[in-house]
Amino acid sequence: MSDEPLVLGIETSCDETGVGIVRGETLLVDTVASSVEEHARFGGVVPEVASRAHLEAMVPTIERACREAGVALRDLDAIAVTSGPGLAGALLVGVASAKALAVALDKPIYGVNHLASHVAVDIVEHGPLPEPTMAMLVSGGHSSLLLVPDITNDVRSLGATMDDAAGEAFDKVARVLGLPFPGGPHIDRAAREGNRIAIDFPRGLTTGRDLERHRFDFSFSGLKTAVARWVETRHRAGESVPVADVAASFQEAVVDVLTRKALLACKEHEVDHLLIGGGVAANSRLRALAEERCDKAGVTLRVPRPGLCTDNGAMVAALGAQMVAKGREPSDLGLPTDSSMPVTLVQA
Amino acid sequence: MLLLAIDTSTTAITTALHDGSSVVAEVTTLDARAHAEHLAPGVRAALAQAGAAPTDVTDVVVGIGPGPFTGLRVGIVTGRTFAFALGLPVRGLTSLDALAHEAWLRGRRGDLLVATDARRKEVYAATYVLDDSAATRMAGPLVSRAADLEPDVRGLPAAGRGALLYADSLPLAVEPVDVSGGALADLAARRLALAPAAPDGIRQQVEPGHGFDGLEPLYLRRPDAAPAPPSTKSTLG
Ligand SMILES: [Zn+2]
Repeated sequence: MSDEPLVLGIETSCDETGVGIVRGETLLVDTVASSVEEHARFGGVVPEVASRAHLEAMVPTIERACREAGVALRDLDAIAVTSGPGLAGALLVGVASAKALAVALDKPIYGVNHLASHVAVDIVEHGPLPEPTMAMLVSGGHSSLLLVPDITNDVRSLGATMDDAAGEAFDKVARVLGLPFPGGPHIDRAAREGNRIAIDFPRGLTTGRDLERHRFDFSFSGLKTAVARWVETRHRAGESVPVADVAASFQEAVVDVLTRKALLACKEHEVDHLLIGGGVAANSRLRALAEERCDKAGVTLRVPRPGLCTDNGAMVAALGAQMVAKGREPSDLGLPTDSSMPVTLVQA
Repeated sequence: MLLLAIDTSTTAITTALHDGSSVVAEVTTLDARAHAEHLAPGVRAALAQAGAAPTDVTDVVVGIGPGPFTGLRVGIVTGRTFAFALGLPVRGLTSLDALAHEAWLRGRRGDLLVATDARRKEVYAATYVLDDSAATRMAGPLVSRAADLEPDVRGLPAAGRGALLYADSLPLAVEPVDVSGGALADLAARRLALAPAAPDGIRQQVEPGHGFDGLEPLYLRRPDAAPAPPSTKSTLG
């Protein structure tokens, strides 16, 4: 037990200041300070507001994580930190803090990819990742299908969104429907009262040549526009908008495409484990439909609990612990942040 | 005593160690775009220069600006985190004071304007009187276009990069141009000698007063309230 690496992870790529501590494959603590409320009135994350909030929350969040886990910083084996992708100014606060820990404590530092961390977090929830694993990441910032032979150094991109991320489509449609930001949870809730086959919204890149050329890519901007146009037409006709039905039908279009493509990828790459991560993985309909379709296809579905799907420090610590356990070289202390770090680059 | 000083409010990513009687190490990199890359290696290099271990450090001082936000935060979070990790007191000093103090150390006396680059065609500015005992801030810091400063202020000898950038408005450029960790450390050591001894136990933040300025960054500007382009945001994780 105590031979397993003790790693503290820092995540500041967007609006959550996350600090997690993992020992091997065991989560000790996951502490998050969010500035989401400061951004709500702007209808999106304001980078400078997020960066200022990270600076104020950084040390208190580290302190709380250590206290709640009963861990002394000097006992850590390594520090892990999100070095990208994300908001440049926000990433810098976390990376600078992680480096300060590394220097002060004389510990190795691992700058890791935010997206790979979303995959790795399931290790502390459901144990080691089968190699390879198929991973679908869906959030406000990303929608990708990844083939993961080795989470510490081999992540392959099969496809990604061509335009809006899935979570972004949720935010935009929520705005159209007069639901608050962030849109995901509100649409999920409204959809429970609605009929998901009430309106036949388009499924992007699922037919004909689109499917051939963009087999595992996604596109949600056409869907978003279709919803907006549908709602507008009702408004113009002076009719009321059945919010629950629109939410349910929109949500169904999103999760239908996501799960269809994920299972197609599993089949074609002969992978029998599908992991879904990122904030949209908290969506109840996505979980239900993924479960149904995985069952039918004989694929084992892994989804971390909702609290670990959104951005957090535990996921970074989880990936860092894998790096240490597999004997990967630490990053250089001069490691940069990379706001557009490619998903295939696991470590900075 | 071994005091670690850090400043990232100007183009200089600078760090120094002071042992109570003099600066024993200083590492400075000029790079306005890569504060986080250079600072931590700089601290490690300074410790090596001084032949010291991180655990030998007894005090941390950071320049709290004003300065361009992104770089400024790198220094402040580094100082705060380093101090927290080792249970050390951490104090803040107005970065412009370090420029005035360096001018004073170089023998300058009389009135001085310090004007650093605030981007967006503006400067961060403060005025000082340098007598034989110290450089004392009289006004500021504030953010302004150089041309909009009072005429008698614009006519003062001006330290800081602002004087180089806006020579039309600030004709009397003098040294220094950027903050030096050594000057910040020297200023902090002098003020620390006047401050009361720290009580027992860990203090993350030392109260302002006794010549120190707290640990909050001097932004002097509100954030621009435009949301991030959606592709970089992950509100849902
Ligand atoms: Zn994320």
